[in-house]
Amino acid sequence: MSKINFLKPDRTNLNTFLYLGSFLFLISFLDVFFNSFFNLNLTGFLPNFLSFVLPLVLGFIGLYFIRIEYSGIKRLDLLNKHINTNNFNAVLSLLIIFVIIKSIPPILSWFVVDASFAGDSKDVCTGTGACWTYIKVWMRRFMYGMYPNAEQWRINLSFISLVLLGSIGYFATDKFKKYLTLYYVVIYPLIAFLFIFFFISGGPVFFDFSYGIIAAILSIIIGFFIPGRFKFYYFLIVPLALYIILKYFLFFEEYIELGKLDGLNWVETGAWGGLSLTFIISFFCLIFCFPIGMAFALGRRSDFPLIRYISVGFIEFWRGVPLITVLFMSAVMFPMFLPEDFFIDKLVRAIIAISLFEAAYVAEVIRGGLQALPRGQYEAAKSLGMGYWKMHIFVILPQALKLVIPGIANTFLALVKDTPLIFVVGLLEIVGMLNLAKTNPEWLGFAMEGYVFAAIIFWIICYAMSKYSYNLEQKYKTDR
Amino acid sequence: MNLKLKDIVPQLITVIAVVLIFGFFTYNAQINMENRGIDFGYGFLSQESSFDVQFSLIEYDGSHSYFRAYLVGLLNTILVSVIGIIIATILGVIVGVARLSPNYLINKFAAFYVEFFRNIPLLLQIFFWYFAALRALPLPQDAEAIFGVFFLTIKGLYVPAFIWQNFSIFFYSLVAAVIAIIVIRIHAKKVQENQGKQIPVFFISLGLIFILPLLSFLIGGVKLSFEVPVLKQLATTSFIYEGGVSLPPELIALTLSLSLYTATFIAECVRAGIQGVGKGQKEAAASIGLTPNQVLKLVIMPQALRIIIPPTTNQYLNLTKNSSLAAAIAYPDLVLVFAGTALMQTGKAIEIVSITMFTYLTLSISISILMNWYNKRIAIQEK
Repeated sequence: MSKINFLKPDRTNLNTFLYLGSFLFLISFLDVFFNSFFNLNLTGFLPNFLSFVLPLVLGFIGLYFIRIEYSGIKRLDLLNKHINTNNFNAVLSLLIIFVIIKSIPPILSWFVVDASFAGDSKDVCTGTGACWTYIKVWMRRFMYGMYPNAEQWRINLSFISLVLLGSIGYFATDKFKKYLTLYYVVIYPLIAFLFIFFFISGGPVFFDFSYGIIAAILSIIIGFFIPGRFKFYYFLIVPLALYIILKYFLFFEEYIELGKLDGLNWVETGAWGGLSLTFIISFFCLIFCFPIGMAFALGRRSDFPLIRYISVGFIEFWRGVPLITVLFMSAVMFPMFLPEDFFIDKLVRAIIAISLFEAAYVAEVIRGGLQALPRGQYEAAKSLGMGYWKMHIFVILPQALKLVIPGIANTFLALVKDTPLIFVVGLLEIVGMLNLAKTNPEWLGFAMEGYVFAAIIFWIICYAMSKYSYNLEQKYKTDR
Repeated sequence: MNLKLKDIVPQLITVIAVVLIFGFFTYNAQINMENRGIDFGYGFLSQESSFDVQFSLIEYDGSHSYFRAYLVGLLNTILVSVIGIIIATILGVIVGVARLSPNYLINKFAAFYVEFFRNIPLLLQIFFWYFAALRALPLPQDAEAIFGVFFLTIKGLYVPAFIWQNFSIFFYSLVAAVIAIIVIRIHAKKVQENQGKQIPVFFISLGLIFILPLLSFLIGGVKLSFEVPVLKQLATTSFIYEGGVSLPPELIALTLSLSLYTATFIAECVRAGIQGVGKGQKEAAASIGLTPNQVLKLVIMPQALRIIIPPTTNQYLNLTKNSSLAAAIAYPDLVLVFAGTALMQTGKAIEIVSITMFTYLTLSISISILMNWYNKRIAIQEK
């Protein structure tokens, strides 16, 4: 056995250092472990400060001893490479390990061990842990807001059907794949709107919209026989004209009781709330803000100076103000701008406000994608004789949108995270409901549980969305 | 003139549409205001506001004007934004660098922090800190002192106040130090460009910024003392701290959540920036004999900053705009004081909301102009 220099661990005395180092590290680990899990202080005989620092010092010396380069032991080398490269890293690693060990027991006991789950009144919550009973009792309110209990199946049914209808894309055969864009951009949002308007709301004006659908379908069918040159003007005029004719000249109502849904009570939007409202708002804003944003992105890159200035003004205005003031505007200022007998529901106003706000962000993201495309793409499309719209729809936008998937996903994430702000207009989604429940005199003092619950829900939603966008990005990644 | 009809018509249609929409809105607004007997005008700004604000940086009470109330709100907004930006930047840079650490634990810890805080709505975080976490703090009479001078209680954080004597001399010495540093930097750059010699600017600056103010203490007669907050009993169960500076819990909750939230985004910007500098740059710099410090300072940072600054500016803007969430926890910022209380009292919806929006617009545009200027300065000068 050669001479051991304890200040310089090396390979010659590998085993000695290995055993010594691991032993010291183990002691420090166990000390913290017992201290935190069993409330046992192994080093209690030492003065306070020393007892506190001792595990760190021991662990540090231990890690120092086992920091031997090219030891030939695979695991040791990996360990050294990952958490033990130098003194500074060793201390940081130790601190992180100790913080994790120290924080597990209190968190675990608050969440599970000391928490109360059973019962349905405040009396069961006597322990020091969380009171999940509170969440259980208020679950319906957190999910559906003030929506009447007896009617909540309407929300459930709508959401389930919408999820099912939305997943059609996965099962579509190749033959129908080309219609998917049309389906998702036009038909699906329309169905969703109808569901929410007639089913969740129990809306009274069924006829208006059935006329709208009939007019749309009729004009699309006729549209197939219209020569391409006139298609644009055709779709500009005919659907609206058909709708007006149907509504004001044919008087369907007097002949047929078309699709009248008896027995569905009207639930005003003020009673909507909870997580379902978060979904509704996110969904509609997402649908609206995308085309608006795309239009302004194209407008900002337009060759017409006036259109460009208007787009720039729009985008910069919405990007420069906080959402909360936009909602303030929609709540107190916007009604002043409308004719007196003209009333727009506050949920609709909020959705319009959020959509316009997010559209500006979407526009900037899409503009980034448009700018990133090489000029050659535009020139190639033009040289094939494509006009502005053809060029953008078939060549430019598909490529640009692919490029900006992460940016769009981030904007949508921001949108979901912004929905709690609608408390400004008096709508209470899940965070708003939490604040309401917290002030209930029977359930005072459980703010923490509520916020943790909502945080978990939002975290899952947002994390899933960001992972999904990452997958999309990978899927559509084209090497260029 | 080569104006084609094809070019004019779409623009004309757009402009007419925009004008029509705005005309429609103004027309309705006029009718509505006439019907309700409201007159349009900004004259109310000079009227007496007759409401109080809890926390204000400038002297303010109910007898001051609405304009003064607006200033109070604006200053509170700026205060939160500036503190938030400073903390978020420091935290964001640390976490961003930690995300690139070869140390597995540090790396994962930073990743956990980023993924955790940025996927939870900011408003929820503000509520959490304000209604749940800070409410668990002790009452003033039970609070234990931190370092003997700070008191963290449910009513806010009490910190000692600085009592200055001859503050102006101290201030001038600080200004002198800053000017000296700028001069030295310019000189050093010139020397390096002409002679290739490097002057240790950093250490000289560090020395200057400490020594000059220190001299002002020793020679200039500047004196600094601390006023430590003292517990005072108001009634049998009501206690309060007197003296020192008190930071309201709203401010603490707001800065905490704003900076924790924004730091995650800044961290990602920093990470992307450092990763964006090619490995070859580092190796090339090392191969021409630069020391690791020089590599970082002269090669990596200038390039990384170019990538980092534009998105980080956006985050600063976001933080400033997000500070308007203060209204949710009754921190008297611009939105709460002006668009909230003042609007309630005067009913001047259009005027007040437009002033508020215009203020935020000015704030964000000025930050972005400043940052664009800086960005242009450090951008690659292509020939």
